[in-house]
Amino acid sequence: MNPNLSRRRFIKAVIASGAAAATHAGMPSALAAGAADDATKGGVERLMSLNINGKIRRVDVLPQETLAYTLRYKLGLTGTKIGCNRGECGACTVLVDDIPNYSCSTLTHSVRSRGVLTVEGLQAPDGTLHPVQQAFIDELAPQCGFCTPGQAMAAVGLLKDNPNPTREQARQALSGNLCRCGAYDNYLNGVMRAAGGKA
Amino acid sequence: MASYDVMPDVQLYQPAEMDDALELADRFGRDGWILGGGQDTYGWLKDRAKHPKAMIDLNGIEALRGVRKSDDGIEIGAVTTLREIIRNETVNAEYELLALAAGRVASPQIRNVGTLGGNLSQDARCWYYRRGLACYRAGGNICYADSPQGMNREHAVFGASRCVAVSPSDTAIAMVALDATMVVQSVDGERLVPAERFFVGPATHITKMTSMRPGEILTAVRIPSTWAGARFYFEKVADRDVWDFALVSIAAAMQVDNGTIGDSRIVCGGVACTPHRLRDAEKALAGKSLSDETAEFVAPLASRGAKPLNYNHFKLPLLENLLRRAVRG
Repeated sequence: MNPNLSRRRFIKAVIASGAAAATHAGMPSALAAGAADDATKGGVERLMSLNINGKIRRVDVLPQETLAYTLRYKLGLTGTKIGCNRGECGACTVLVDDIPNYSCSTLTHSVRSRGVLTVEGLQAPDGTLHPVQQAFIDELAPQCGFCTPGQAMAAVGLLKDNPNPTREQARQALSGNLCRCGAYDNYLNGVMRAAGGKA
Repeated sequence: MASYDVMPDVQLYQPAEMDDALELADRFGRDGWILGGGQDTYGWLKDRAKHPKAMIDLNGIEALRGVRKSDDGIEIGAVTTLREIIRNETVNAEYELLALAAGRVASPQIRNVGTLGGNLSQDARCWYYRRGLACYRAGGNICYADSPQGMNREHAVFGASRCVAVSPSDTAIAMVALDATMVVQSVDGERLVPAERFFVGPATHITKMTSMRPGEILTAVRIPSTWAGARFYFEKVADRDVWDFALVSIAAAMQVDNGTIGDSRIVCGGVACTPHRLRDAEKALAGKSLSDETAEFVAPLASRGAKPLNYNHFKLPLLENLLRRAVRG
Protein backbone atom coordinates (compact mmCIF):
# COMPACT_ATOMS: atom_id res chain seq x y z
CA MET A 1 0.00 0.00 0.00
CA ASN A 2 1.02 3.56 -0.61
CA PRO A 3 1.86 4.89 2.88
CA ASN A 4 0.37 8.27 2.00
CA LEU A 5 -2.85 6.65 0.95
CA SER A 6 -3.13 4.49 4.05
CA ARG A 7 -3.02 7.58 6.26
CA ARG A 8 -5.78 9.34 4.44
CA ARG A 9 -8.90 9.47 6.49
CA PHE A 10 -12.47 8.72 5.52
CA ILE A 11 -13.60 11.08 2.76
CA LYS A 12 -10.06 11.19 1.49
CA ALA A 13 -9.95 7.41 1.31
CA VAL A 14 -13.20 7.31 -0.59
CA ILE A 15 -11.97 6.87 -4.10
CA ALA A 16 -15.36 7.14 -5.73
CA SER A 17 -15.95 10.51 -4.19
CA GLY A 18 -14.33 12.55 -6.90
CA ALA A 19 -12.86 15.28 -4.72
CA ALA A 20 -10.24 13.16 -3.03
CA ALA A 21 -9.24 11.09 -6.01
CA ALA A 22 -9.25 14.03 -8.36
CA THR A 23 -7.05 16.03 -6.03
CA HIS A 24 -4.80 13.00 -5.84
CA ALA A 25 -4.63 13.03 -9.60
CA GLY A 26 -3.74 16.70 -9.63
CA MET A 27 -6.94 17.97 -11.20
CA PRO A 28 -8.03 21.61 -10.70
CA SER A 29 -10.34 21.99 -7.72
CA ALA A 30 -13.24 23.28 -9.82
CA LEU A 31 -13.21 20.09 -11.85
CA ALA A 32 -12.87 18.07 -8.68
CA ALA A 33 -16.04 19.61 -7.27
CA GLY A 34 -17.94 18.65 -10.40
CA ALA A 35 -16.58 15.13 -10.19
CA ALA A 36 -17.81 14.86 -6.61
CA ASP A 37 -21.36 15.52 -7.76
CA ASP A 38 -21.01 12.83 -10.39
CA ALA A 39 -19.60 10.47 -7.81
CA THR A 40 -22.75 10.49 -5.77
CA LYS A 41 -24.57 9.29 -8.88
CA GLY A 42 -22.03 6.53 -9.20
CA GLY A 43 -20.50 6.98 -12.61
CA VAL A 44 -17.34 9.01 -12.69
CA GLU A 45 -14.29 8.48 -14.80
CA ARG A 46 -11.02 9.39 -13.19
CA LEU A 47 -7.34 9.70 -13.81
CA MET A 48 -4.89 7.42 -12.11
CA SER A 49 -1.31 6.30 -12.54
CA LEU A 50 -0.60 2.63 -13.08
CA ASN A 51 2.76 0.94 -12.99
CA ILE A 52 2.54 -1.45 -15.95
CA ASN A 53 5.65 -3.33 -17.03
CA GLY A 54 7.82 -0.80 -15.23
CA LYS A 55 6.28 2.21 -16.97
CA ILE A 56 3.94 4.69 -15.34
CA ARG A 57 0.79 4.95 -17.44
CA ARG A 58 -1.83 7.64 -16.85
CA VAL A 59 -5.33 6.40 -17.49
CA ASP A 60 -8.98 7.17 -16.81
CA VAL A 61 -10.44 4.31 -14.81
CA LEU A 62 -14.03 3.75 -13.76
CA PRO A 63 -14.48 2.70 -10.13
CA GLN A 64 -15.78 -0.73 -11.13
CA GLU A 65 -13.38 -1.37 -14.00
CA THR A 66 -11.43 -4.63 -14.09
CA LEU A 67 -7.71 -4.69 -14.78
CA ALA A 68 -8.18 -6.86 -17.89
CA TYR A 69 -10.51 -4.23 -19.33
CA THR A 70 -8.12 -1.38 -18.57
CA LEU A 71 -5.16 -3.23 -20.03
CA ARG A 72 -6.88 -4.28 -23.24
CA TYR A 73 -9.22 -1.45 -24.05
CA LYS A 74 -7.57 1.60 -22.52
CA LEU A 75 -3.86 0.80 -22.71
CA GLY A 76 -3.91 -1.36 -25.84
CA LEU A 77 -2.08 -4.20 -24.11
CA THR A 78 -4.04 -6.94 -25.85
CA GLY A 79 -1.53 -9.67 -25.02
CA THR A 80 -3.62 -10.28 -21.92
CA LYS A 81 -6.57 -12.36 -23.14
CA ILE A 82 -10.10 -12.42 -21.80
CA GLY A 83 -11.47 -15.93 -21.99
CA CYS A 84 -14.27 -16.59 -19.52
CA ASN A 85 -14.11 -13.20 -17.77
CA ARG A 86 -15.12 -15.07 -14.59
CA GLY A 87 -11.84 -16.25 -13.05
CA GLU A 88 -12.38 -19.74 -14.40
CA CYS A 89 -9.87 -20.07 -17.26
CA GLY A 90 -6.65 -18.18 -16.50
CA ALA A 91 -6.13 -16.58 -19.92
CA CYS A 92 -6.07 -13.12 -18.30
CA THR A 93 -3.36 -13.97 -15.74
CA VAL A 94 -0.96 -11.11 -14.97
CA LEU A 95 1.48 -10.60 -12.11
CA VAL A 96 0.63 -8.04 -9.44
CA ASP A 97 3.70 -7.48 -7.27
CA ASP A 98 5.03 -10.78 -8.68
CA ILE A 99 1.92 -12.77 -7.66
CA PRO A 100 -0.31 -14.27 -10.38
CA ASN A 101 -3.77 -12.68 -10.47
CA TYR A 102 -6.75 -13.09 -12.76
CA SER A 103 -6.91 -9.59 -14.24
CA CYS A 104 -10.57 -10.12 -15.22
CA SER A 105 -11.35 -10.48 -11.52
CA THR A 106 -9.18 -7.69 -10.16
CA LEU A 107 -10.33 -4.08 -9.90
CA THR A 108 -7.90 -1.69 -11.55
CA HIS A 109 -8.27 0.62 -8.56
CA SER A 110 -6.93 -2.11 -6.30
CA VAL A 111 -3.57 -2.21 -8.12
CA ARG A 112 -2.78 1.50 -7.92
CA SER A 113 0.66 1.85 -6.31
CA ARG A 114 1.45 -1.77 -7.13
CA GLY A 115 3.50 -3.20 -9.96
CA VAL A 116 1.71 -5.00 -12.78
CA LEU A 117 3.56 -7.27 -15.19
CA THR A 118 1.84 -8.44 -18.36
CA VAL A 119 3.08 -10.71 -21.14
CA GLU A 120 4.23 -7.60 -23.05
CA GLY A 121 6.68 -6.89 -20.25
CA LEU A 122 8.42 -10.26 -20.34
CA GLN A 123 10.87 -9.77 -23.18
CA ALA A 124 14.12 -7.86 -22.70
CA PRO A 125 14.41 -4.33 -24.16
CA ASP A 126 16.46 -5.73 -27.04
CA GLY A 127 13.67 -8.14 -27.94
CA THR A 128 15.22 -11.26 -26.41
CA LEU A 129 12.44 -13.51 -25.20
CA HIS A 130 12.05 -14.32 -21.54
CA PRO A 131 13.42 -17.81 -20.73
CA VAL A 132 9.86 -19.02 -20.15
CA GLN A 133 8.73 -17.74 -23.55
CA GLN A 134 11.75 -19.31 -25.27
CA ALA A 135 11.23 -22.58 -23.43
CA PHE A 136 7.55 -22.65 -24.46
CA ILE A 137 8.64 -22.28 -28.10
CA ASP A 138 11.33 -24.94 -27.73
CA GLU A 139 8.86 -27.36 -26.20
CA LEU A 140 6.14 -26.57 -28.78
CA ALA A 141 3.88 -25.64 -25.89
CA PRO A 142 1.35 -23.35 -27.61
CA GLN A 143 -1.06 -24.88 -30.09
CA CYS A 144 -3.80 -22.35 -30.75
CA GLY A 145 -1.98 -19.97 -28.42
CA PHE A 146 -4.93 -18.27 -26.75
CA CYS A 147 -4.09 -19.47 -23.25
CA THR A 148 -0.33 -18.97 -23.74
CA PRO A 149 0.03 -15.45 -22.26
CA GLY A 150 -1.73 -16.65 -19.12
CA GLN A 151 0.33 -19.84 -18.94
CA ALA A 152 3.51 -17.79 -19.37
CA MET A 153 2.56 -15.38 -16.59
CA ALA A 154 1.65 -18.21 -14.22
CA ALA A 155 4.98 -19.88 -15.02
CA VAL A 156 6.95 -16.64 -14.52
CA GLY A 157 5.11 -16.11 -11.22
CA LEU A 158 6.11 -19.60 -10.10
CA LEU A 159 9.77 -19.16 -11.03
CA LYS A 160 9.99 -15.80 -9.24
CA ASP A 161 8.71 -17.51 -6.09
CA ASN A 162 10.51 -20.82 -6.54
CA PRO A 163 13.32 -20.89 -9.13
CA ASN A 164 13.74 -24.67 -8.86
CA PRO A 165 10.27 -26.20 -8.75
CA THR A 166 9.55 -29.89 -9.00
CA ARG A 167 7.33 -30.97 -11.85
CA GLU A 168 4.51 -31.48 -9.35
CA GLN A 169 4.96 -27.94 -7.99
CA ALA A 170 4.85 -26.61 -11.56
CA ARG A 171 1.71 -28.61 -12.19
CA GLN A 172 0.11 -27.04 -9.11
CA ALA A 173 1.24 -23.55 -10.09
CA LEU A 174 -0.22 -23.84 -13.60
CA SER A 175 -3.40 -25.57 -12.41
CA GLY A 176 -5.33 -22.30 -12.55
CA ASN A 177 -4.87 -22.02 -16.32
CA LEU A 178 -7.00 -24.00 -18.74
CA CYS A 179 -5.80 -25.10 -22.17
CA ARG A 180 -8.52 -26.25 -24.54
CA CYS A 181 -5.90 -27.81 -26.84
CA GLY A 182 -4.78 -29.96 -23.93
CA ALA A 183 -1.11 -29.06 -24.26
CA TYR A 184 -0.57 -29.19 -20.50
CA ASP A 185 2.43 -31.51 -20.62
CA ASN A 186 4.15 -29.32 -23.19
CA TYR A 187 3.67 -26.27 -20.97
CA LEU A 188 5.04 -28.23 -18.02
CA ASN A 189 8.04 -29.28 -20.11
CA GLY A 190 8.54 -25.63 -20.92
CA VAL A 191 8.43 -24.57 -17.27
CA MET A 192 10.95 -27.25 -16.31
CA ARG A 193 13.23 -26.28 -19.19
CA ALA A 194 13.06 -22.61 -18.20
CA ALA A 195 13.84 -23.57 -14.61
CA GLY A 196 17.14 -24.98 -15.79
CA GLY A 197 16.34 -28.65 -16.09
CA LYS A 198 16.13 -30.24 -19.51
CA ALA A 199 12.39 -30.97 -19.18
CA MET B 1 -29.82 -14.52 -19.58
CA ALA B 2 -27.27 -12.24 -21.17
CA SER B 3 -23.74 -12.25 -19.88
CA TYR B 4 -21.72 -9.07 -19.90
CA ASP B 5 -18.05 -8.37 -20.39
CA VAL B 6 -18.10 -5.28 -18.27
CA MET B 7 -18.96 -4.49 -14.71
CA PRO B 8 -22.12 -2.48 -14.03
CA ASP B 9 -22.04 0.99 -12.56
CA VAL B 10 -21.18 0.67 -8.92
CA GLN B 11 -19.28 2.92 -6.58
CA LEU B 12 -16.06 1.83 -4.95
CA TYR B 13 -14.77 2.85 -1.54
CA GLN B 14 -11.32 1.93 -0.32
CA PRO B 15 -11.17 3.02 3.32
CA ALA B 16 -7.83 2.81 5.11
CA GLU B 17 -9.29 2.68 8.62
CA MET B 18 -11.72 0.25 10.20
CA ASP B 19 -13.93 3.01 11.61
CA ASP B 20 -14.43 4.40 8.13
CA ALA B 21 -15.32 0.99 6.73
CA LEU B 22 -17.88 0.50 9.50
CA GLU B 23 -19.38 3.91 8.88
CA LEU B 24 -19.68 3.15 5.16
CA ALA B 25 -21.19 -0.28 5.84
CA ASP B 26 -23.70 1.37 8.14
CA ARG B 27 -24.53 4.13 5.68
CA PHE B 28 -25.11 1.78 2.74
CA GLY B 29 -26.69 -1.10 4.68
CA ARG B 30 -28.24 -3.55 2.24
CA ASP B 31 -26.94 -1.51 -0.72
CA GLY B 32 -23.35 -1.95 0.38
CA TRP B 33 -21.19 -4.89 -0.67
CA ILE B 34 -18.22 -5.78 1.52
CA LEU B 35 -15.31 -6.58 -0.78
CA GLY B 36 -12.49 -8.96 0.15
CA GLY B 37 -10.75 -10.67 -2.75
CA GLY B 38 -13.82 -10.12 -4.90
CA GLN B 39 -13.83 -13.63 -6.33
CA ASP B 40 -17.43 -14.22 -5.22
CA THR B 41 -18.38 -10.66 -6.16
CA TYR B 42 -17.65 -9.82 -9.76
CA GLY B 43 -19.63 -12.73 -11.21
CA TRP B 44 -22.76 -11.54 -9.40
CA LEU B 45 -22.25 -8.02 -10.72
CA LYS B 46 -21.27 -8.95 -14.29
CA ASP B 47 -24.35 -11.18 -14.51
CA ARG B 48 -26.51 -8.34 -13.20
CA ALA B 49 -27.88 -10.82 -10.69
CA LYS B 50 -27.17 -8.61 -7.63
CA HIS B 51 -27.28 -4.85 -7.59
CA PRO B 52 -25.29 -3.24 -4.79
CA LYS B 53 -24.79 0.52 -5.01
CA ALA B 54 -21.32 0.52 -3.52
CA MET B 55 -18.44 -1.86 -2.93
CA ILE B 56 -16.54 -1.31 0.30
CA ASP B 57 -13.05 -2.70 -0.29
CA LEU B 58 -11.39 -3.81 2.97
CA ASN B 59 -7.98 -4.60 1.48
CA GLY B 60 -6.47 -1.24 2.43
CA ILE B 61 -7.09 -1.80 6.15
CA GLU B 62 -3.82 -3.14 7.53
CA ALA B 63 -5.39 -4.14 10.86
CA LEU B 64 -7.49 -6.76 9.07
CA ARG B 65 -4.48 -8.56 7.62
CA GLY B 66 -2.28 -11.27 9.05
CA VAL B 67 -2.09 -14.12 11.53
CA ARG B 68 -1.46 -13.12 15.15
CA LYS B 69 -0.86 -15.22 18.24
CA SER B 70 -3.37 -14.46 20.98
CA ASP B 71 -3.70 -15.45 24.64
CA ASP B 72 -5.47 -18.61 23.69
CA GLY B 73 -4.63 -19.63 20.16
CA ILE B 74 -4.46 -17.42 17.08
CA GLU B 75 -6.42 -14.63 15.48
CA ILE B 76 -6.54 -14.30 11.70
CA GLY B 77 -7.59 -11.01 10.11
CA ALA B 78 -10.49 -11.30 7.69
CA VAL B 79 -8.63 -10.01 4.62
CA THR B 80 -5.67 -12.32 5.10
CA THR B 81 -5.39 -14.11 1.77
CA LEU B 82 -5.66 -17.87 1.51
CA ARG B 83 -2.14 -17.81 0.05
CA GLU B 84 -0.83 -16.21 3.25
CA ILE B 85 -2.67 -18.76 5.39
CA ILE B 86 -1.36 -21.73 3.39
CA ARG B 87 2.20 -20.43 3.85
CA ASN B 88 1.88 -19.36 7.48
CA GLU B 89 4.22 -21.22 9.86
CA THR B 90 1.96 -21.17 12.91
CA VAL B 91 -1.05 -22.34 10.96
CA ASN B 92 0.92 -25.21 9.45
CA ALA B 93 2.51 -26.21 12.74
CA GLU B 94 -0.58 -26.15 14.93
CA TYR B 95 -3.73 -25.78 12.85
CA GLU B 96 -2.77 -27.65 9.72
CA LEU B 97 -6.42 -28.48 9.10
CA LEU B 98 -7.00 -24.87 8.05
CA ALA B 99 -3.96 -24.84 5.75
CA LEU B 100 -5.14 -28.07 4.12
CA ALA B 101 -8.62 -26.65 3.60
CA ALA B 102 -7.37 -23.30 2.27
CA GLY B 103 -5.03 -25.15 -0.08
CA ARG B 104 -7.98 -26.87 -1.75
CA VAL B 105 -9.93 -23.70 -2.51
CA ALA B 106 -10.52 -22.94 -6.20
CA SER B 107 -7.29 -22.26 -8.12
CA PRO B 108 -3.86 -20.77 -7.30
CA GLN B 109 -4.75 -17.33 -8.68
CA ILE B 110 -7.97 -17.25 -6.69
CA ARG B 111 -6.15 -18.32 -3.51
CA ASN B 112 -3.63 -15.53 -4.16
CA VAL B 113 -6.29 -12.86 -3.74
CA GLY B 114 -9.19 -14.68 -2.07
CA THR B 115 -9.50 -13.80 1.61
CA LEU B 116 -10.42 -15.92 4.60
CA GLY B 117 -13.37 -13.65 5.43
CA GLY B 118 -14.59 -13.82 1.85
CA ASN B 119 -14.26 -17.57 1.65
CA LEU B 120 -16.24 -17.95 4.87
CA SER B 121 -19.00 -15.54 3.83
CA GLN B 122 -19.37 -16.67 0.21
CA ASP B 123 -22.83 -17.22 -1.17
CA ALA B 124 -24.50 -20.43 -2.33
CA ARG B 125 -23.43 -21.88 -5.67
CA CYS B 126 -26.79 -23.30 -6.76
CA TRP B 127 -26.83 -22.38 -10.45
CA TYR B 128 -30.51 -21.48 -10.49
CA TYR B 129 -29.82 -18.95 -7.76
CA ARG B 130 -26.56 -17.74 -9.35
CA ARG B 131 -28.39 -17.14 -12.62
CA GLY B 132 -30.53 -14.55 -10.92
CA LEU B 133 -33.80 -16.53 -10.92
CA ALA B 134 -36.40 -15.55 -8.36
CA CYS B 135 -36.01 -18.64 -6.19
CA TYR B 136 -36.63 -18.85 -2.43
CA ARG B 137 -33.06 -17.79 -1.69
CA ALA B 138 -33.47 -14.75 -3.93
CA GLY B 139 -36.70 -13.79 -2.15
CA GLY B 140 -39.10 -15.66 -4.47
CA ASN B 141 -41.39 -18.57 -3.75
CA ILE B 142 -40.08 -21.55 -5.70
CA CYS B 143 -37.06 -23.84 -5.66
CA TYR B 144 -35.97 -24.76 -9.19
CA ALA B 145 -33.41 -27.34 -8.00
CA ASP B 146 -35.89 -29.34 -5.93
CA SER B 147 -38.44 -29.82 -8.70
CA PRO B 148 -39.15 -32.91 -10.86
CA GLN B 149 -36.87 -31.66 -13.65
CA GLY B 150 -34.47 -29.82 -11.36
CA MET B 151 -30.76 -30.60 -11.61
CA ASN B 152 -29.71 -31.20 -8.05
CA ARG B 153 -26.65 -33.41 -8.23
CA GLU B 154 -24.66 -30.89 -6.17
CA HIS B 155 -27.37 -30.08 -3.67
CA ALA B 156 -28.17 -30.86 -0.05
CA VAL B 157 -28.92 -34.18 1.61
CA PHE B 158 -29.36 -32.69 5.10
CA GLY B 159 -31.13 -29.71 6.59
CA ALA B 160 -32.95 -28.43 3.51
CA SER B 161 -35.93 -26.19 4.06
CA ARG B 162 -37.51 -25.02 0.79
CA CYS B 163 -33.99 -24.08 -0.47
CA VAL B 164 -31.68 -27.08 -1.11
CA ALA B 165 -28.39 -25.24 -1.77
CA VAL B 166 -25.23 -26.30 0.08
CA SER B 167 -22.44 -24.46 1.86
CA PRO B 168 -19.63 -24.07 -0.72
CA SER B 169 -16.84 -22.98 1.62
CA ASP B 170 -13.85 -25.25 2.16
CA THR B 171 -12.50 -23.24 5.08
CA ALA B 172 -15.91 -23.13 6.82
CA ILE B 173 -15.79 -26.82 7.75
CA ALA B 174 -12.25 -26.42 9.07
CA MET B 175 -13.40 -23.46 11.18
CA VAL B 176 -16.26 -25.43 12.73
CA ALA B 177 -13.95 -28.40 13.35
CA LEU B 178 -11.43 -26.09 15.06
CA ASP B 179 -14.24 -24.50 17.12
CA ALA B 180 -13.35 -21.02 15.88
CA THR B 181 -15.09 -17.79 16.86
CA MET B 182 -16.00 -15.10 14.34
CA VAL B 183 -15.43 -11.46 15.28
CA VAL B 184 -18.19 -9.36 13.74
CA GLN B 185 -18.15 -5.57 13.98
CA SER B 186 -20.60 -2.80 13.22
CA VAL B 187 -20.91 0.85 14.25
CA ASP B 188 -22.75 -0.43 17.32
CA GLY B 189 -19.80 -2.48 18.51
CA GLU B 190 -18.48 -5.98 18.32
CA ARG B 191 -20.09 -9.38 18.72
CA LEU B 192 -18.47 -12.78 18.91
CA VAL B 193 -20.17 -15.63 17.08
CA PRO B 194 -19.12 -19.27 17.40
CA ALA B 195 -18.47 -20.74 13.94
CA GLU B 196 -21.33 -23.18 14.34
CA ARG B 197 -23.80 -20.35 14.81
CA PHE B 198 -22.17 -18.07 12.22
CA PHE B 199 -23.42 -20.29 9.40
CA VAL B 200 -27.19 -20.47 9.15
CA GLY B 201 -29.51 -22.75 7.23
CA PRO B 202 -32.58 -21.88 5.17
CA ALA B 203 -34.93 -22.61 8.07
CA THR B 204 -33.32 -19.69 9.92
CA HIS B 205 -32.56 -17.22 7.10
CA ILE B 206 -33.46 -18.38 3.65
CA THR B 207 -31.74 -15.51 1.85
CA LYS B 208 -28.51 -15.63 3.82
CA MET B 209 -25.69 -18.11 4.45
CA THR B 210 -24.39 -16.46 7.60
CA SER B 211 -25.76 -14.64 10.62
CA MET B 212 -24.20 -11.38 9.41
CA ARG B 213 -26.60 -8.45 9.25
CA PRO B 214 -26.50 -5.47 6.88
CA GLY B 215 -23.93 -2.98 8.13
CA GLU B 216 -21.79 -5.64 9.78
CA ILE B 217 -18.27 -6.66 8.79
CA LEU B 218 -16.50 -9.91 9.60
CA THR B 219 -13.16 -8.60 10.87
CA ALA B 220 -11.32 -11.62 12.24
CA VAL B 221 -11.48 -15.28 13.13
CA ARG B 222 -10.19 -16.57 16.47
CA ILE B 223 -9.06 -20.17 16.71
CA PRO B 224 -8.67 -21.47 20.28
CA SER B 225 -5.71 -23.63 21.26
CA THR B 226 -8.10 -26.47 22.15
CA TRP B 227 -7.35 -28.34 18.96
CA ALA B 228 -3.80 -27.14 18.31
CA GLY B 229 -1.64 -30.04 17.20
CA ALA B 230 -4.55 -32.49 17.21
CA ARG B 231 -4.82 -35.23 14.61
CA PHE B 232 -6.35 -33.67 11.51
CA TYR B 233 -7.88 -35.08 8.38
CA PHE B 234 -9.12 -33.06 5.43
CA GLU B 235 -10.39 -34.33 2.12
CA LYS B 236 -12.44 -32.68 -0.59
CA VAL B 237 -14.05 -34.60 -3.41
CA ALA B 238 -14.92 -32.50 -6.45
CA ASP B 239 -15.41 -33.14 -10.15
CA ARG B 240 -12.10 -31.40 -10.92
CA ASP B 241 -9.21 -30.86 -8.53
CA VAL B 242 -9.12 -27.17 -9.40
CA TRP B 243 -11.91 -24.56 -9.28
CA ASP B 244 -14.74 -26.94 -8.49
CA PHE B 245 -16.65 -26.76 -5.26
CA ALA B 246 -16.88 -29.80 -3.01
CA LEU B 247 -19.37 -32.52 -3.81
CA VAL B 248 -18.60 -33.77 -0.33
CA SER B 249 -15.72 -32.70 1.91
CA ILE B 250 -14.66 -33.61 5.42
CA ALA B 251 -12.63 -31.82 8.08
CA ALA B 252 -11.84 -33.80 11.21
CA ALA B 253 -10.02 -32.77 14.39
CA MET B 254 -9.41 -35.60 16.83
CA GLN B 255 -7.58 -35.84 20.14
CA VAL B 256 -5.74 -39.13 19.81
CA ASP B 257 -3.81 -40.68 22.68
CA ASN B 258 -1.87 -43.87 22.01
CA GLY B 259 -4.07 -44.65 19.03
CA THR B 260 -7.25 -44.12 21.04
CA ILE B 261 -9.64 -41.37 20.02
CA GLY B 262 -10.88 -38.99 22.70
CA ASP B 263 -12.86 -35.88 21.79
CA SER B 264 -13.39 -35.18 18.14
CA ARG B 265 -15.12 -32.72 15.85
CA ILE B 266 -15.98 -34.02 12.41
CA VAL B 267 -17.55 -31.66 9.94
CA CYS B 268 -18.69 -32.18 6.36
CA GLY B 269 -19.18 -29.73 3.52
CA GLY B 270 -21.28 -29.98 0.39
CA VAL B 271 -24.07 -31.93 2.08
CA ALA B 272 -26.07 -29.23 3.87
CA CYS B 273 -26.57 -25.49 3.72
CA THR B 274 -24.20 -25.13 6.65
CA PRO B 275 -21.08 -27.05 7.67
CA HIS B 276 -22.59 -30.36 8.80
CA ARG B 277 -21.28 -31.89 12.02
CA LEU B 278 -21.37 -35.67 12.34
CA ARG B 279 -22.29 -35.61 16.01
CA ASP B 280 -23.36 -39.26 16.21
CA ALA B 281 -20.05 -40.34 14.76
CA GLU B 282 -18.14 -38.05 17.14
CA LYS B 283 -19.90 -39.70 20.12
CA ALA B 284 -19.38 -43.20 18.77
CA LEU B 285 -15.68 -42.56 18.16
CA ALA B 286 -14.88 -41.63 21.76
CA GLY B 287 -12.75 -44.37 23.28
CA LYS B 288 -12.30 -46.25 20.00
CA SER B 289 -8.99 -46.86 18.32
CA LEU B 290 -7.99 -45.49 14.94
CA SER B 291 -8.54 -48.62 12.87
CA ASP B 292 -10.39 -50.22 10.00
CA GLU B 293 -12.83 -51.80 12.49
CA THR B 294 -13.69 -48.39 13.92
CA ALA B 295 -14.09 -47.04 10.40
CA GLU B 296 -16.59 -49.77 9.53
CA PHE B 297 -18.41 -49.25 12.81
CA VAL B 298 -18.97 -45.49 12.50
CA ALA B 299 -19.34 -45.08 8.73
CA PRO B 300 -23.09 -45.80 8.56
CA LEU B 301 -23.68 -43.05 11.13
CA ALA B 302 -22.48 -40.43 8.65
CA SER B 303 -25.45 -40.74 6.33
CA ARG B 304 -28.10 -41.45 8.96
CA GLY B 305 -31.08 -39.13 8.55
CA ALA B 306 -30.07 -37.99 5.06
CA LYS B 307 -32.80 -37.05 2.60
CA PRO B 308 -31.28 -37.24 -0.88
CA LEU B 309 -32.89 -35.51 -3.86
CA ASN B 310 -33.35 -36.99 -7.34
CA TYR B 311 -29.73 -36.85 -8.44
CA ASN B 312 -27.57 -36.77 -5.33
CA HIS B 313 -27.88 -40.20 -3.73
CA PHE B 314 -24.21 -40.72 -4.60
CA LYS B 315 -23.31 -38.31 -1.81
CA LEU B 316 -24.28 -40.84 0.86
CA PRO B 317 -21.65 -43.53 0.15
CA LEU B 318 -19.18 -40.71 -0.55
CA LEU B 319 -19.86 -39.24 2.88
CA GLU B 320 -19.51 -42.63 4.59
CA ASN B 321 -16.26 -43.35 2.77
CA LEU B 322 -14.77 -40.00 3.72
CA LEU B 323 -15.56 -40.70 7.38
CA ARG B 324 -13.94 -44.14 7.01
CA ARG B 325 -10.79 -42.58 5.61
CA ALA B 326 -10.67 -40.01 8.41
CA VAL B 327 -10.58 -42.62 11.18
CA ARG B 328 -9.02 -45.76 9.72
CA GLY B 329 -5.62 -44.94 11.13
